[in-house]
Amino acid sequence: MVRLIINGQSREVDVEPDTPLLWAIRENVGLTGTKYGCGIAKCGACTVHIDGVAARSCSIRVSDAVGKQITTVEGLAHNGVLHRVQKAWLEHDVPQCGYCQSGMMMAVAALLKEKPKPTDADIDATITNICRCGTYQRVRAAIHAAANA
Amino acid sequence: MTFMPKIDRRSFLVSSAAAGFSLGFNIPVGGEAAAQTAAPEVNAWVVIKPDDTVVIRIARSEMGQGTLTGLAQLVAEELECDWSKVTTEYPTPGANLARNRVWRDFMTAGSQGIRRSHDYVREGGAAARMMLIQAAANEWKVAASECKAANSVITHAPSGRSTTFGKVAAAASKLEVPKQVPLKPVKDWKIAGKSVKRLDTPDKLTGKQVYSIDVQLPGMLNAAIKDSPVFGAKVKSFDAAKVAGMKGVKKVVPVGETAVAVIADTWWHAKTALDALPIVWEDSQNAQVSSETIAAMLREGLDAEQAFVGNKAGDAKAALAGAAKKVEAVYGYPFQNHATMEPMNATALWTPDKCEVWAPTQNGETALAVTAAAAGLPVNKCDVYKVHLGGGFGRRASSHDFVQQAVTIAKQMPGTPIKLLWSREEDMLHGRYHPVTQCKLTGGLDANGNLIALHMRISGQSIVANLLPQFLKDGMDPFVFQGLNPGGAEGAFGYAISNLLIDHAMRNTHVPPGFWRGVNNNHNAIYLECFMDELAHAAGQDALEFRRKLMGNHPKHLGVLNAVAERVGWGKPAPQGVFRGLAQHMGYGSYVAAAAEVSVDNGALKIHRIVAATNCGHVVNPQQVEAQVEGSFVYGLSAMLYQECTVKGGRIEQENFDTYNVLRINEMPKVETILMPSGDFWGGVGEPTIFVAAPAVLNAIFAATGKRIRTLPLKHHDLRKA
Repeated sequence: MVRLIINGQSREVDVEPDTPLLWAIRENVGLTGTKYGCGIAKCGACTVHIDGVAARSCSIRVSDAVGKQITTVEGLAHNGVLHRVQKAWLEHDVPQCGYCQSGMMMAVAALLKEKPKPTDADIDATITNICRCGTYQRVRAAIHAAANA
Repeated sequence: MTFMPKIDRRSFLVSSAAAGFSLGFNIPVGGEAAAQTAAPEVNAWVVIKPDDTVVIRIARSEMGQGTLTGLAQLVAEELECDWSKVTTEYPTPGANLARNRVWRDFMTAGSQGIRRSHDYVREGGAAARMMLIQAAANEWKVAASECKAANSVITHAPSGRSTTFGKVAAAASKLEVPKQVPLKPVKDWKIAGKSVKRLDTPDKLTGKQVYSIDVQLPGMLNAAIKDSPVFGAKVKSFDAAKVAGMKGVKKVVPVGETAVAVIADTWWHAKTALDALPIVWEDSQNAQVSSETIAAMLREGLDAEQAFVGNKAGDAKAALAGAAKKVEAVYGYPFQNHATMEPMNATALWTPDKCEVWAPTQNGETALAVTAAAAGLPVNKCDVYKVHLGGGFGRRASSHDFVQQAVTIAKQMPGTPIKLLWSREEDMLHGRYHPVTQCKLTGGLDANGNLIALHMRISGQSIVANLLPQFLKDGMDPFVFQGLNPGGAEGAFGYAISNLLIDHAMRNTHVPPGFWRGVNNNHNAIYLECFMDELAHAAGQDALEFRRKLMGNHPKHLGVLNAVAERVGWGKPAPQGVFRGLAQHMGYGSYVAAAAEVSVDNGALKIHRIVAATNCGHVVNPQQVEAQVEGSFVYGLSAMLYQECTVKGGRIEQENFDTYNVLRINEMPKVETILMPSGDFWGGVGEPTIFVAAPAVLNAIFAATGKRIRTLPLKHHDLRKA
């Protein structure tokens, strides 16, 4: 049994300490917005924030997340108001299948926190999430829009 | 709803699902779902609730391509409803069968979602509008012809009366569906043809969108599976006792002859136990097969006597023998995995008298047929609830191995819902791969550099022979010639060459091929369009002018090519260090062309800009067509740059994204989309621009480096100057 703080709520989770955080979030906590894509931290579909920093939850043990603030896509909006990344995504109709977009938006939200006005080079260096539908052109446009919102 | 099967005894099996609908946006639970479908349907395509909410039924699957929104636009256009009140739902394939296939085809592949259903879905919307107007007219005791509908409101101008769709829907539902249903001229469209926002975006931003991998049912267990890495090898033994005591493990079960699954409380427990489970497979002849043996087999096919002829004019071989100049080249295209972001999965609940499946399927009806066969039950005792797909790309269209496995597993735990999920490794090792082919092209030029003969010999796999042998014609796979056909509306060859021979030496392997977004068009376009570039170069002519001379009889092919050439500035100087390439192709009923601008700096390729033109006849949602074009270049260029599944010891070597790379945002070129619908036909858009992605860039790479890249992926080639 471990105690995790997810989206501001403290949760008792009945898992072994070496369980990947992704599966604890999806299966034990029941928040399925965070997606499984590769299990080896290559695709970014499982990206969450840990203490405000983007992290690939498939490759982080639950025991390493204890006591830290974990934010999933379900916690990105605040008091029912969409995050500026979500608003920009809506405005640019970014998602196609949408499966990678939870992780994509979490990675972008963390980038904007660190660099409020990222350049294209910043985006290229930081946003390494895979989108098989190929939404990158709109992702880039929406990042700039969110930065200027 | 007379077709409604009896309500299941388990309330969690949701009234909506039992009524023959799976909702695209939520897994319906209990009362909520009952409320959602309480309103009677006006007709098969339209339900209108008392609060004026419009529910449009969508038979095709949404997997990112935007068809859900496009089809809803077409129905709404004729319905004359308020677009802001539109929602959608999927009828189930079981309901479709029970109602004499009132929703027709569920297949969502071949870029056909809209082009093959635009007419009858619009008629569905128009018929519903006529019934709603008739119901209002009946209430007012006036002639329907004096009433009009707009924005979900019906008005009778002479008397000044008005009502809403929601108020008359119940009465309309009791009327007969009209037989004569005239459609609006396209020029009068107000919703269709416009860049409205997708209906499914909001839920995809908050984690609310339920994909098949997210399905939760009370009492559900999870399964992880391992199929023989060497395709087809049978399981010899597995030692269930070794993992029986591991946390959460409920059961270890064989799945068919080649696979084993672990069922546990969570998928992570199932996967952990599966990784620890000793499994021994029998030796298989297939283990002798490698990429090298396959390549040798294909090479033999390049010169084989026997081949199926797909397109023929004049006498190519004789003309080649007499040509002033002969050009010859051999190209090759590897196996590739679809690598949908959401790995294969399905949830199944089997009892001795019923089987239900929740699945991310591109064709619910195939999924249902596979379910019934695996369940050992009549098809009317089964149903499939379609759930949003985390990518499809053809992987989930014909082959439903994941559904078959899920049912086979669930059958071994009657009454318990089982969610089967493949690991990424399982997904990579058990794809339905882009077919492997080679192609020898021989072209003959006369003394003036005119192309007088072309022989294109394709050697390689047939998807149809493997997956749909009923579509072979006297042994020939006609789909092999996609985009190379002598004519027709689907994929016609765009050049007039007086002596032409395009033929196929079918060479199949044990590695299962599948319909991979773009399918045979992908390699056919590379082979033909790169070789046209080689021929133009050999003739000392401009690549555009060389093509134009051969395209006089193909104005639509030429139209898109001219459009990209003009926009990219073909014939005018490119920026310093930047080089250009062109390609055109026709497939899935649409004409496409691309122009690429690239630079190669010390061997490092940068793709700066793509100009892509599409004539798909009609455009239902321009911004969504643009999204498909942009995404097609990511898919096509990922394939060109990186993707290859190699075979060693009878199995695929690449197991995850570390060895099967995908283009990321830092490599994404700027894509400029030109939409030029000519209005006289309906073509697809989900795939076509993929065809021209690689050849346009490869031709630009030649312009930049003088190097002809004839085998993919590009990662194997050194682009540095020799």
